[in-house]
Amino acid sequence: MTANASPLIELAGVHKSYNLGMPNEAEVLHGVSFAIGRGEFVALIGPSGSGKSTLLNVVGLLERLTAGSYRIQGEETSGLDDAGLTLRRRAVLGFVFQFHHLLPAFSALENVTLPALMREGRVTSAQHERARAMLAAVGLENDMNKRPGELSGGMQQRVAIARALVLEPPLVLADEPTGNLDRASSDEVFVLMRRMHAELHTSFLVVTHDPRLAARCDRVIELVDGSIESDRSASAARA
Amino acid sequence: MLNWLGFERRVAVRFLREGRMQTVLIIVGVAAGVAVVAYISALITGLQRNTLEKTLGAQAHVTVSALDDVVLPARPPVAGSTALVQTQPRVQRPRSIANWQSLVPVLEAMPAVAAVSPMVSGAGLAQRGEASKSIALMGVDLDRYDRIVRLRSKVVQGEARLGPGEGIIGRELAEDLGVRVGDRISLVTGTITDSLRVTALVDLGVRELNRRTVIVPLRAAQSLVGLPGGATGLDLALVDVWVAQRLASDLSQRFPYKIESWQEANSQLVSALNAQSVSTALIRGVVMVVVVLGIASVLVVSVVQKQREIGILRAIGATRGQMLRVFLLQGAIVGALGSTLGVLLAVGLIKAFTTFVRGSDGLPLFAITLAPSLALTVAGIATVCGVLAAVAPARRAAALDPAQAIRM
Repeated sequence: MTANASPLIELAGVHKSYNLGMPNEAEVLHGVSFAIGRGEFVALIGPSGSGKSTLLNVVGLLERLTAGSYRIQGEETSGLDDAGLTLRRRAVLGFVFQFHHLLPAFSALENVTLPALMREGRVTSAQHERARAMLAAVGLENDMNKRPGELSGGMQQRVAIARALVLEPPLVLADEPTGNLDRASSDEVFVLMRRMHAELHTSFLVVTHDPRLAARCDRVIELVDGSIESDRSASAARA
Repeated sequence: MLNWLGFERRVAVRFLREGRMQTVLIIVGVAAGVAVVAYISALITGLQRNTLEKTLGAQAHVTVSALDDVVLPARPPVAGSTALVQTQPRVQRPRSIANWQSLVPVLEAMPAVAAVSPMVSGAGLAQRGEASKSIALMGVDLDRYDRIVRLRSKVVQGEARLGPGEGIIGRELAEDLGVRVGDRISLVTGTITDSLRVTALVDLGVRELNRRTVIVPLRAAQSLVGLPGGATGLDLALVDVWVAQRLASDLSQRFPYKIESWQEANSQLVSALNAQSVSTALIRGVVMVVVVLGIASVLVVSVVQKQREIGILRAIGATRGQMLRVFLLQGAIVGALGSTLGVLLAVGLIKAFTTFVRGSDGLPLFAITLAPSLALTVAGIATVCGVLAAVAPARRAAALDPAQAIRM
């Protein structure tokens, strides 16, 4: 099977422009190419304005690329319509955002069961158990029925991680997951992501400003002005 | 199916609960609209039914009489020429319907016709002692006539009976002549005088009618009016009063008689009823538009407020269709809850109306009830309106770009 042989995701010569065809047209990504394999833990770093978030949105199928190719598990995505993109997003991706992005009207547990609910219209008891186990794994067994507003920033981010991982997607995308947290919570959250990575063999692509965190990833991709400046293993980056 | 729209239902209900004040306000708004529509509909239906019952209870639905006498031209006008003729309209003398005896069974055999009653009517004077009152004389067969106007139920004194030499008179006429049941009065028409014994007094619901009505056996009237064996009219009662007009025009084409429906005889009443119906429909339409706009504006605001949540849901895998249905469902829920509340409110209003608005006799003016079918229809329409109102906001929610929504 070629799908097994191909990497999890593969970008080749990806360009992304905004306001296409208008006087204020601006190209943000200039031919970005990289691939992520199964079980990799990758940091995406770069100065602000370098196009990190745009790249993450493209990888997350939230934005379409202007030119180039993006394959997920060997399948080209650039020709898919909105419904097709949504289904791939469901099947392959988990999201952790900088500002937690939990639904304030739902409890922590309900937030974690939402992905299952939107796929099947109900939450089986097995899925409920799984969501409880995930929340316990991120240290929130006593706060499952609280609303996000009653939780600290670090706790909210742990709920978001549990939600991203509950259906065990092959790839989790995290946009500055610790950017809004103090150092202690930020370490806690990062350690948690590494632990989940070790336990579930999920691939991670983490956008971060924090060189300390980047150094603790296996591989670091540096984006400058919309092009890849460097792409190397973390040990090499430290050297 | 238990999981049908499980995700959409959960999110829609949660969004509505989160919007507390907004949700409460719009549900109350819908309830008020539904209550007004249901109450006005019930009120107008009751009012119209009452008016019709009062009107049609005292008269035939369709009447058949002889054609009017017309003046025939002495000679046919020559083509291309104009004749300047001055004609005096002819006097309409009492005339019998030709062959009415054989027409009655033909009419009775029609499925739309409930009852047929021949009658002889004419004018005259009722005299007793010094008093002399002008009257409308009606000669009928009591059993047949009863089926047209339910005469027996209108008797206020005595027992309805029309044997030879007997008659039934209006309550006010009895007062004017100082007559009690069992007393005799004289009837004068032209040159003929007859006397009758009063067997019953009736209240026909209209004072002026009560003051003039004298009902006698058909034969007595035939001789008083001078139409032996004749009938000046046939009264028809119908199974469904609303087919009267069509039946009347049908019959006029088949028979050489003057045939009039109750609508033609009461054209003012009919146009008043129509005006009522039109204004009710207008009020209903305007209220419905207001309800739709209300729901739509609240949902539009809600979509804007929830952009971020919509973006998150889309990012973690909700389809456009799911977001669309989340908001359509909110419209449906608001419509359904509002109309349930509104129907209850309408029931309360109707109760208040029947309790506090009473006629001079202390009884309710007329019965108004909220028919279950009407309540269901109004509630159904309100719910559909809720969904329709949600279409534009829902499409907006579905079209939201998730990447942009998350950045908010």
